[in-house]
This record gives sequence, C-alpha cells and structure tokens, in this order.
Amino acid sequence: MARAVTQKRKIINTTAAWAVGLLIFFPILWTILTSFKTEAVAIADPPVFLGFDWTLENYATVLERSDYARFLWNSIIIAGGSTVLGIIIAIPAAWSMAFVPSKRTKDILLWMLSTKMLPAVGVLYPIYLIFIKMGILDTKIGLMIVLMLINLPIIVWMLYTYFKEIPGEILEAARMDGASLKEEVVHILTPMAIPGIASTLLLNVILAWNEAFWTLNLTAAKAAPLTAFIASYSSPEGLFYAKLSAASTMAIAPILILGWFSQKQLVSGLTFGAVK
Amino acid sequence: MGRIVLEKVQKKFGEVEVIPPLDLTIEDGEFTVFVGPSGCGKSTLLRLIAGLEDTTSGRIVIDDADATEVPPAKRGLAMVFQSYALYPHMSVRKNIAFPMKMAKMPEDEQNRRIEAAAKALNLTDYLDRKPGQLSGGQRQRVAIGRSIVREPSAFLFDEPLSNLDAALRVGMRLEISELHERLKTTMIYVTHDQVEAMTMADKIVVLRAGHIEQVGSPLELYHKPRNEFVAGFIGSPKMNIIHGEEAQKLGASGVGIRPEHIDVSKTDGMWKGRVGVAEHLGSDTFIHVHDTGLTDMITVRITGDIEARHGDTIYLTPQMDQLHKFDQQGLRVE
Repeated sequence: MARAVTQKRKIINTTAAWAVGLLIFFPILWTILTSFKTEAVAIADPPVFLGFDWTLENYATVLERSDYARFLWNSIIIAGGSTVLGIIIAIPAAWSMAFVPSKRTKDILLWMLSTKMLPAVGVLYPIYLIFIKMGILDTKIGLMIVLMLINLPIIVWMLYTYFKEIPGEILEAARMDGASLKEEVVHILTPMAIPGIASTLLLNVILAWNEAFWTLNLTAAKAAPLTAFIASYSSPEGLFYAKLSAASTMAIAPILILGWFSQKQLVSGLTFGAVK
Repeated sequence: MGRIVLEKVQKKFGEVEVIPPLDLTIEDGEFTVFVGPSGCGKSTLLRLIAGLEDTTSGRIVIDDADATEVPPAKRGLAMVFQSYALYPHMSVRKNIAFPMKMAKMPEDEQNRRIEAAAKALNLTDYLDRKPGQLSGGQRQRVAIGRSIVREPSAFLFDEPLSNLDAALRVGMRLEISELHERLKTTMIYVTHDQVEAMTMADKIVVLRAGHIEQVGSPLELYHKPRNEFVAGFIGSPKMNIIHGEEAQKLGASGVGIRPEHIDVSKTDGMWKGRVGVAEHLGSDTFIHVHDTGLTDMITVRITGDIEARHGDTIYLTPQMDQLHKFDQQGLRVE
C-alpha cells in the first residue's frame, strides 16, 4: 500500500540517505583526496580537507617506482579467470540443486555457505604447502583456483536462487521438444538466467578483485595483483600516506568504474527474489 | 502411428502409491481424455507417458516398442502444458521452430512448417513477438503450434485450457477438436472438467485415486456408468443419488437419477419437496429441491423456463426407464 509522503518527510529522508551514503563513501573519498596531497599535508594535524595545493606528484612517483600495468593485468586475469572458472562449475551444480533437488539439497547449500564462516587463516598452512608441492605458488593459475574456490559457495548460492525462479515446466517443455540436457542448459536455462548470471559474474569479479588475504599470502612478484601493489606502499617504508593513497586509488579505480556502470544490474541482482 | 499401451504401470513417490498397477490401451488416432477430481493421478499418468516421470514398475509401449526407459525427447510425443511453458526469451517463430531445430531439420523445411502452423493457428501476424506480448489464448495457440510442427506420433495435453477465461475456453476446445479431425493423430488430454471430457473425447478414462473407474465413450459413461462415482462425476448438473428406504422401494441399494430425467408438477407426484434456489439459464432451469426426505438436495433440470419461487412446494417424479441402480458396493446392477 502506498504511504502518503509529505514534502517535509521527503526532505528528511533524502538528507538522511545522503548522510549515510557519504559516511560509507568517506574513507574512499579521503583516500582519493589524500592521493593528491603532498606527504606533509597528508599527515597534517588538524587534517586538511580541500584547501591544499593539488599535486599529481604521488601518481608520478608510484608509476615510476612500480609496474602498474603488470599488477593491473594480473588482477584482471585473476579476477576474470576465477569468475569464469567458478561460473562453469556453478551452473551445473546450481542446476541440479534447483531442478532435481534431493532431501539433502538444503543441507548441502548450508554446508557450502558454512565454509565461508571458517577464518581463511585457518587453512593458510595446508593450502600454502599444497601450493608449494604443486608448484603453483606465485602463479596466476594458482590464485585463480583458490579465489574460485573461496567464492564458489556464493556463486552457487546466487545461481541457485535465480534458477529456482525459472518454472520447471519450461525445462520440461524443452525436454519434450527433443532437447538434450546440454541443449536444455545452453538454449533455455542459460538465456533465461542471463540477468542473474550477469549480476553473479559482476559481484564475483568485485569480490575477487578486492580479495587481499590469499592474493598477498600466495604471491611474491610474478602473479601479484593490485592488492599487492597497494601493500607494497604500506608501513615498511615509513609514512608515505599520499603515495599509499595514490596506489589505492589506482587499484580501486577500474572496479569502481565497472561497478558504477553496472550498478543497476548489481542492485537488481542482489535484491532479486526479495519481492515477487 | 501412435498406439500407446500401458502394462501394469505403477508409480510411487517414496512410500506413497499414486498410481497402483494399471493397464490401458490407447489406439492410434484416438482422442482420449483422462478425467477425474484433482489429485486422482491423471496428470501423473500423463507425465509417465511423456517420460517426465519414471515408472516405478510396469511397461509403457509406444508403437510396439518398449519406451519405458526412453527419455522424453526420444519418445516422439509432443506436450502442451497448462502454463503454456513457452520460452520467454524467444520470439513466437523461434518458439515454434525449437523442436525442429533440436531435430536438426533443414531450415527451409522449418520455415515452411512454421508458416503452415502459423496460418492454421492465426498466428501469422505475431511471429516476431515475444510470448510476453501475447494474450492467454494466443500463447496457448503458440504452444499448440510448437507441438504440431514436429508431427509427433501423439499429443499430450495437460489441462491446457484451465488458465483461459470461460469464453476463450469454449473456442479453444473447438479448435483442438478441429485439429484432431484434421490431423487424425492420437491425442491424450487431461482435464478435471467433465464438460471438456464429454465434448472432445472419443474415449474417456475416469480416474479416482490412481484407479481407473471406467473407460468408455462419452455416451457409454453417461448412459451406463459402471459405479456411483462415475455416475456422479459425468453429467452436469450432477446425477442425484438416493440411498436408504426410498431406494429399496425402487429395488436397489442406491438409485441414481439425472436432473434431466425428473418430471415436476405443482400438484402431484412421487416425491414432495420445497424449492430452494432456482437457476434460470433461459434455455434451461435448474431447480434445487430440499426437504424431500431423500437426500439433502435433489437437482432438477427443466427445458425452458418455469416459474419456481423459493419456498414453493413442488412434486417430483423420476422417469422410471432412466433410473440407474447400484448395489451395496456402489456397482451398477442392470
């Protein structure tokens, strides 16, 4: 039922929404602002908000000192690769749970999600040792696999929710029309689930892009993505807040832009199934 | 060809037996209707024939070949679903083409059949639309179009008209009957609506709780129902069934008399009652009569119009040659 919204209420709501939005966005904003300051201004007390001499010096230094393009390329490959890998594994898994559920399907889903409750550091040693044994430490393929594995429960869970919404009769119709299981998935299920798959892809790219624990612990130089690029500007070298901020800004910019252009898709994806 | 034989077909869901072992033969070219109240297993039976459900035991033979283990795609049957089950991301043309595409039919042959089906089903102007832009009746026609282009050996219809409004339903009923006349292909049609069953079928299979109660032509079922259940299920309004003393007097444990076989009078007759609701349809009048001492209510159908007000006293006389008699088990006795 529609509720009458008075003008006053509208103003209060809008102000509150903006306030909360700004509060959440503030750390990012501050990082971006700091990246344009000199190191001295960056640590000034009281902090300077806007009234400083803007400089690109930090960006120049960071670009000169590190090979940004290589980190960026690694991030793209690792985030993209782990997502594609995850989707390929998750579509059949979600299909079977959504359309031929067994008594234990719900338990399996919960169990899969429960693996996300384990602190990652708990399995760091075993995984590290496995990586050494397999010779995939500090390789892109190794990171792709580990990031795919840690995000797989979320991908399966999301796809399962989307697939659940597709009426089973349509898939049965495809079967009656002579479609094999593969044709059913390729021609009917996947096209119908495209919006859901797209937002799952997006969310997963973002999660993989920002993942820092595994990417920092399992890489050294060759496969290091942008998270390692940021980390290389943190503490050991002393107080270089401005350069650290410039590195961070450069690391989050691509994903921020991607998120900005696909926000409609993301929101509809994340709230999918909430209202029916 | 489309002869379908079920031999001792049984279906259990876990421990629950939905279809006890059952035998049935559907001849080539026959329009067979499965009818029964909801939950009687008629849809399950259809889905077993389609292959969408696995049989627990027994054999399904299609055109003399054992199809029990054959996947639905390979049975050569086409199905029309209650929800139409169109592919929402495809145009009408692509929907209709889908089964042919799966069969890897040459493109020009596909187009020829699409045009023919669209013409027959009045869909020519809508071929490039998506299902979401069509009305219910048009969607149902697309679903039928999709099923005919592959020239299946039999059509399966799962309550295809129950999502349509009353007027459309009558129209589509005729279209499906026409289609059957034209194609002469076996059709199996599931419905809970006995009017659809009576008007469309060559053969009706009445089901209750998975059991076949009677198999026969519509008029056989109307004139000679095998038991009280079929008697009450076939015919509209329902047959009146009387038990007890009055039935004994007529020489049976149960006596059935159809509403159209009762004569009424304002002055005298065999049974006296009080008019409850009278439904005037113009062509007919249905009078619901109470307080006859026979059952809660006796329904009478009179051709044309008659003046009957709530509370009026009325006399009823059954036409003796039209009585249906049943024994204690509810089975018909001649």
